[in-house]
Amino acid sequence: MARPTSALGIDRGDVRRARTLARQVGKPIVDLAQRHTTVSVERATLRLAGLGGADPDGTPWVNRLADVVRADVGLEHGVSLPVWDALLRGEGDDLLTLAQKAAAGSVTFRVPEGKDAKRASAAARKAVGAGIKQVDRQRVARERMIAKVGDAPSKPWIYLIVATGDIHEDIPQAQAAAREGADVIAVIRSTGQSLLDFVPEGATREGFAGTYATQENFRLMRAALDETSRELGRYVRLTNYASGLCMPEIAALAGLERLDMMLNDSMYGILFRDINPIRTFVDQRFSRQVHARAGIIINTGEDNYLTTADAIEAAHTVTTSQLLNEYFAKEAGLEDWQLGLGHAFEIDPEVPDSFRLELAHAMLARELFPDAPLKWMPPTRHMTGDIFKGYLLDGFFNLVGAMTGQGILLVGMMTEAVVTPWISDRDLALQNVRYVMNAAGNLREDFHPSPDGFIASRAREVLGEAIGLLEDIKADRSVPGEPPLLSAIADGTFGLMKRPADKGRGLDGVAENAPDYYNPATEILDGDQR
Amino acid sequence: MSLIRPYGDTTGDGMVQLSFTLPIEHSKVAEGAAAQLANKMGMDPALVVHAKPMGEGFTFFVVYGRVNHLVDPSTVEVVERDYPLLTPKEANAAIKRSMRRRLVVVGGCIGTDAHTVGIDAILNIKGFAGEKGLEYYRELKVVNLGAQVSVPQLVEAAREEKADAVLVSQVVTQRDAHLLNTREMSAAFREAYPAAKRPLLVVGGPRFDETMAGELGVDRVFSRGTTPGEVASYIVHRITQPKEKAS
Repeated sequence: MARPTSALGIDRGDVRRARTLARQVGKPIVDLAQRHTTVSVERATLRLAGLGGADPDGTPWVNRLADVVRADVGLEHGVSLPVWDALLRGEGDDLLTLAQKAAAGSVTFRVPEGKDAKRASAAARKAVGAGIKQVDRQRVARERMIAKVGDAPSKPWIYLIVATGDIHEDIPQAQAAAREGADVIAVIRSTGQSLLDFVPEGATREGFAGTYATQENFRLMRAALDETSRELGRYVRLTNYASGLCMPEIAALAGLERLDMMLNDSMYGILFRDINPIRTFVDQRFSRQVHARAGIIINTGEDNYLTTADAIEAAHTVTTSQLLNEYFAKEAGLEDWQLGLGHAFEIDPEVPDSFRLELAHAMLARELFPDAPLKWMPPTRHMTGDIFKGYLLDGFFNLVGAMTGQGILLVGMMTEAVVTPWISDRDLALQNVRYVMNAAGNLREDFHPSPDGFIASRAREVLGEAIGLLEDIKADRSVPGEPPLLSAIADGTFGLMKRPADKGRGLDGVAENAPDYYNPATEILDGDQR
Repeated sequence: MSLIRPYGDTTGDGMVQLSFTLPIEHSKVAEGAAAQLANKMGMDPALVVHAKPMGEGFTFFVVYGRVNHLVDPSTVEVVERDYPLLTPKEANAAIKRSMRRRLVVVGGCIGTDAHTVGIDAILNIKGFAGEKGLEYYRELKVVNLGAQVSVPQLVEAAREEKADAVLVSQVVTQRDAHLLNTREMSAAFREAYPAAKRPLLVVGGPRFDETMAGELGVDRVFSRGTTPGEVASYIVHRITQPKEKAS
């Protein structure tokens, strides 16, 4: 029976059922994540303790140190006990000296026991705690700055991308985009960074179709946008990508340098980058815990499903992924306001009723996640060189955004798939958004789809299919002893890719925790949630 | 074929539209400058129908006008692609039809080049330029060896996987290392395989010249901006069609 509280005639029981299934599917993955660590989680821990910089070849000191520790005692105890034990034994005055000596081969690490272990864990907790305090200070700094200069004036937040490859070129472009109306600036990463098992160092001026995510680039861009925020009287948010093999480290750097939003999806790396599933889930949980603490809004990547599969046939995979992303996010301590769950306007415009279908899918997301900001992504697949048609399509995309109260709207460019946006493309795109928001921003008040009409029926159908898919995943036992979600990913349930748990990039950087595993960052961050 | 000129709403009116941005504050002078540019491009009369300030120190213009140029289609030269562009569906169907098994592609970056950008753009499902990578093709079995693969490793992997095609990417190179590496690679394959059994050798990267295939001993060179669909189409065409004489 339809209840009056649902504009789409969705049964509350179905919504509860969907969430219960997401929890049942997700819980064994969380257990798995808690039983493992990765090289990147350990390096992120060292970064939180203040170890930065790189050797003359550009290999970060966190990599050099973690590699030596691992070679000496393995990864399964975590690096914290061996590292702080070595510091307490006087092997180095600080982390940097220790890393340099370790790289030169003049330190041997051990796993301390008894009293030594206690002392090492206390010292590690103190050092890592200082980094987490810095993350806390940045969160307070953001809140203060928003209180002082003001927030983005209205929703949705206008999200624009810069991507020149050169941070010093990105900065004026980002500042110009903010002056033109962007509330959120995203710096696209260099192609391929997600597959690097280290975070490059310093200010970078060469990238491929994007700019490397580095701590220094984060710092430079945030400082520039702070200046522009004060100038404009509204806080301009900065976005980057916590994804790929270094997800936890980039999350830590984002927290330390006060980034405001991070792309962070639970399965994107597995499906689209062939990163090992266990590596991804372990890294993801840690990175989300850091994001939760830092007050960072995550953006999930469901739009990607629709760029590979048909946007109508695969609509329910978006809903399913949103439910899983929500479960994993909340388990890691993120709150509703931090969940920029993704979805996209990617239905073929030649399909009859394509706009009504888009509206149905977007309304479903809005209704399932009423308190999440939602990230609405523009058409890309059906954008051609016909910029005039593309401009119209972007207008309809904006209209769905206005009618469904999206929190974050990535501005579509009519020159998508033609050129990287010109100054005029960006201005025209923003005019398009402003016109639609001004003309139809309040249409939501009047627009109530008929409960037995096309839109409401389609929304219920998609939810039903999502529940069906979650049930199938829950029942998947094709790899005995493995969490059903891992089996489902191995079968190719999502996207079209089969990604078995014992394959993929970064698997050699995963270890099952020993009984004496210790990680002060996880301890502090887990403590937040208990 | 006869000479033609652009068509607005009357035969022979020569009307075109144009939009551009000039780095100048909006003013009467700016509009005059826009008209001047249009005149220099051969538009006369040129009508600046829209001028709008964009950001600080920039103005966007839309200009309509008449051009007096004529074009002669009979003198147009086009370089025809020597293989048809296939959609993933068509490529899959072609493989199924003619091979009755999956087509095996082995790829990697050889030499010291650690930049997998190129090979990943072509092979990863994520793809490039709005096209999905070769992993997306159901009938292609893709083995991506990643970066810093030695030539012997590549040959070994090609044998082990029974590769039909080998893709090599070279992005960052110094002193023509990409050319040396490619020659070393093609020589190694010629040595390891009888001529008729050798897999198709394809190299790509921004520094390559597409006309150098013969000189480098490979079947095809792809340059900057090549999309996964083009690579897939080429491979499928060459492997599923009877061999043509090298041009």
